[in-house]
Amino acid sequence: MTDLDEEAATSLDAGTVASLSGAAMTAGQHLTGTGGDALTVDGISVRLAGREVLRDIHFTVRAGEFVGLIGSNGAGKTTLLRVILGLQQPSAGVVRIDGADRPRHAPAVGYVPQKVLLDPDMPLRARDLVGLGLDGNRLGIPLPTRRRRQLIDEMLRAVGAGLFGDERVGNLSGGEQQRVLIAHALISRPRLLLLDEPLANLDIRSEQEIVELLARVAREQQISVLLSAHEMNPLLPVMDRIVYLAAGRAASGTTDEVVRTEVLSKLYGQHVDVIHVHGRILVVAGRGDGPAEPVGEDGAHCAVPDWL
Amino acid sequence: MTHLLRMIVEPGFFGNAPVRVALLAGGVVALVSGVVGMFTVLRGQAFAGHALADIGATGGSGAFLAGINPLWGFVGIGVVAAGIMEMIGIRRPRGRDVATGIVLGAGLGLAALFLYWDATFSNTTGATISVLFGSMFVISGSTAGVIVVFSLLALTVVGLLYRPLLLSSVSTDMATVRGVPVRITGLLYLLAMAVAVSLAALTIGAILSTALLVGPAATALRLTSKTGLAVLWSGLIGIAATWLGILLAYDSFYWPPAQHGWPVSFFVVTLVFVFYLLAQLPAVGRLSGARARRARNGG
Repeated sequence: MTDLDEEAATSLDAGTVASLSGAAMTAGQHLTGTGGDALTVDGISVRLAGREVLRDIHFTVRAGEFVGLIGSNGAGKTTLLRVILGLQQPSAGVVRIDGADRPRHAPAVGYVPQKVLLDPDMPLRARDLVGLGLDGNRLGIPLPTRRRRQLIDEMLRAVGAGLFGDERVGNLSGGEQQRVLIAHALISRPRLLLLDEPLANLDIRSEQEIVELLARVAREQQISVLLSAHEMNPLLPVMDRIVYLAAGRAASGTTDEVVRTEVLSKLYGQHVDVIHVHGRILVVAGRGDGPAEPVGEDGAHCAVPDWL
Repeated sequence: MTHLLRMIVEPGFFGNAPVRVALLAGGVVALVSGVVGMFTVLRGQAFAGHALADIGATGGSGAFLAGINPLWGFVGIGVVAAGIMEMIGIRRPRGRDVATGIVLGAGLGLAALFLYWDATFSNTTGATISVLFGSMFVISGSTAGVIVVFSLLALTVVGLLYRPLLLSSVSTDMATVRGVPVRITGLLYLLAMAVAVSLAALTIGAILSTALLVGPAATALRLTSKTGLAVLWSGLIGIAATWLGILLAYDSFYWPPAQHGWPVSFFVVTLVFVFYLLAQLPAVGRLSGARARRARNGG
């Protein structure tokens, strides 16, 4: 157990990883001494073309936590994730990963971007893309060693992509591509996994499967997950905490603490109602004296389900 | 059997020195174009490749005017143009296309001037034909040596950048997060592409070299789903088109109408196109496993 990196890299078996990563987390806590915060976002503000997109955002993600970053389209979810990754420079504030100032290319972070155009013409198999997650930054042509193949196979199986590892990524369905992209992000064994709208454009079944997969990964491998979505309901069973983004500001805490009429009304700067229906949560704008309007800039992508 | 072979390979084909140099230089150039071209197609940079090829005409015609080896003109202008394109090129695809178009326009304007001067003052009437449509059969032995050196250089760059290039063609953000210096990778690749099309400009001509860059790669995409194998196929298809083209051009010496031989560039480019069409046949698509998935689901 002394050489954690080596052991963790060679074995991705779910059972072993759970115990290994538990130890890794303890080691991380010991090193950083910040009580195991995997991510700290401290006073982040972003101005884009003179407009303040994000204002003074604060929240933390603890080790092994599953956190939903919820907000309607245009709320700044992608911008915030890009700041955390170092792809976008904030106008104020700092991001700390593993308690330390974020290294230049944030190697401790796995990332699944929102729009990855995987062309069916591209001669790139699912296993090739996962392999690029392992050593895509290295020079030269990858040598097909048995160890590399084994790592990729194990990763593919771990995300339920074992059956289509040899198929072109461009020919896979949306849900299957998400699994492959998640495998790509996870194979470098990051402490923190960021996913930008991974549930967008998925059918209901794939959506549930991806949520369950991510929850399992977070639990078993002690990886912190920060996932952005415009719809919080699919995440309610698995989210440890929520970061609710609206009007460029954020409220964070448990779902019960944040998704309340008082908190969200303050965040939106207008009255909104939070309604609980059969274990699901609806956020609706308006005072009830006119037609209730779904909150968000785009009615089709607000927190209200289509059937309303 | 010997008779049949004789009909295809005219006597003296392999004994002819210009033919031997053409087979060597043309083959090496086709390999480089095919390998580099696979990434051109993957990265969606066919327009940049085409622009770099066309701009080669500026360097080639300028070199004729100055009385130096056109190879230096082709390569020199290609590298400069690639640098300018990267400098003014914004990372968004549209900005990149605009930057490419602007450099292309300016370059071709100069080419028009140089070719005009070549024709009027220098009395090198062959310059236009040879710059635009290549000079496969008049490559000197020493030029062939320089071609091989440049080819090795371009192949080395692409071989070293194989993984970073592949990852950044999937997503520049994913590549950046994984620690790939995306901008420098892109610039080095653009330079390798400039070298590849410049060399092809010498063999099959500045305005035809795109065909050798994009055609074999587009064909290879249909043959396999393995990236490495696709790169290899792309190079081999380029070589096959070039060698067959040289053979046909040699044979065509006795063909109508003029009994003066047909241009080799025509054969190479046409063969590239024919290979591409053949690869579109449904039976070939099955090679790449494009349909394997539907079979799996149906079964």
